[in-house]
Amino acid sequence: MGTLSDAVAFPSRNTMNDYDVAVVGGGLLGSAFAFGLAAMRLRVALFDEGDIAIRAARGNFGLVWVQGKGRGMREYARWTLHSSQLWSGFARRLADETGIDVGFHRPGGFHVAIDHEEHARNLALLQQLRDEAGDEGYAFEVLEHAALKKALPGIGADVPGGTYCPHDGHANPLKLLRALHHGFQQNGGTYLPRRRVTDIAPVDGGGFKLDAANDLLQVRAEKVVIAAGHGSLALARQLDLQVPVFPVQGQIVVTEKARLRFNYPTNYVRQTDEGNYLLGPSERDVGYDSNTESVTLRNIARQCSRAFPFLRELRVQRAWAALRIMTPDGFPIYDQSPTYPGVFSFACHSGVTLAAVHTLDACAWIRQGAIPQAYDCFSAKRFDVQTYA
Amino acid sequence: MFKRTHKISQPVRIDFEGREIIAQSGDSVAAALLAAGVGYFRESPASGTRRAPFCMIGNCFECLLEIDGQANRQGCMVAVREGMRVKMQRGAGDLDYE
Repeated sequence: MGTLSDAVAFPSRNTMNDYDVAVVGGGLLGSAFAFGLAAMRLRVALFDEGDIAIRAARGNFGLVWVQGKGRGMREYARWTLHSSQLWSGFARRLADETGIDVGFHRPGGFHVAIDHEEHARNLALLQQLRDEAGDEGYAFEVLEHAALKKALPGIGADVPGGTYCPHDGHANPLKLLRALHHGFQQNGGTYLPRRRVTDIAPVDGGGFKLDAANDLLQVRAEKVVIAAGHGSLALARQLDLQVPVFPVQGQIVVTEKARLRFNYPTNYVRQTDEGNYLLGPSERDVGYDSNTESVTLRNIARQCSRAFPFLRELRVQRAWAALRIMTPDGFPIYDQSPTYPGVFSFACHSGVTLAAVHTLDACAWIRQGAIPQAYDCFSAKRFDVQTYA
Repeated sequence: MFKRTHKISQPVRIDFEGREIIAQSGDSVAAALLAAGVGYFRESPASGTRRAPFCMIGNCFECLLEIDGQANRQGCMVAVREGMRVKMQRGAGDLDYE
């Protein structure tokens, strides 16, 4: 792989290359935007730092999840539901345009509680979301142990119950990333791998100039989308945008393949369409450390096999850690620079769930040059004390 | 195909798909099957294609077998034992959910 094809595919060095939009970040957000914008027949360049980047998009669990999200921000709950409803069509479009089946299924999902405390906490959360939704409604069903056992064979004797939400689903996040990249390039997009953008500056006559580390390539673009995950923090600051994100480590355990029998995604476990079980979740505050460690892996194995004892029969094949892009309140940050209106920033930890709305809805905001007022709630301005002064 | 370099001095009998195979004590199951002329061990869960051992050192997972009722055992990492019952691994293993 490498230099020869790079030389053919890339714009020539030492010349200024002009684009309508430069997207910074080749993860699930950046590629969803790059794909959507290229499909609108805009000229788009996608800067991707490469595999040395802190790649949240390579460590994802793969849920398209609505249940339990958005307490305290109704708009996020609505936005998440909207994306989940667009996902079937989105997956079909990806398959049609790229030939890649991203393995999307939406049979609904279960939140399984492994003790009474978790069950009570989950019910209170969903009830609050239902209250906040008011007339719009919020679909979920409560199942106590016996009913849950009928719907979801294999639950453990200690499981008090769970909840079912018909909007939940799952997909293969790696295939999704690949399909977005492939679709982007098929629509004429210019992919610029191994280019870590270091500077973004306005240029005379409009637009912005982007510089990448150790590279003579110069790119000028009318608009810039910063979707660089943890890298957004420093980049966005150059353009008067605040993207206060921080890492929350999560680890995932993968078992050997088993016959396809586990029909629903759950909060602890899902079976991929190739047969592996993925086990989670976990949260650790360890800065930018993406190494697994045994205490967390053991806890994951314990909680998952308490929920589903049959998992004890399976051997573990691998495990990994990745760093979620977390915001102070857990909700997305969508913003436009007040000083440089051509610059947008997007950050969130729900890159799979929200991929459909990012491509199908939010790309139009970039083309039009403004984030509609209805989405002001996602601006990082919500973290300014001045907002509340 | 494979030939043994030494005669079997300490025979161990195992059952492979109803057929008796005589192995040398200390053989891995994978080595014993290859020496007995078994051409493939499993059918892959993803594509159904036939697979046989590749690395013989525990890395490639191509030698999966059902050994004494347990699915997905690595044939190269398990030593033969008198009376062992071995089957091909056809597709993914199944689990007892209840």
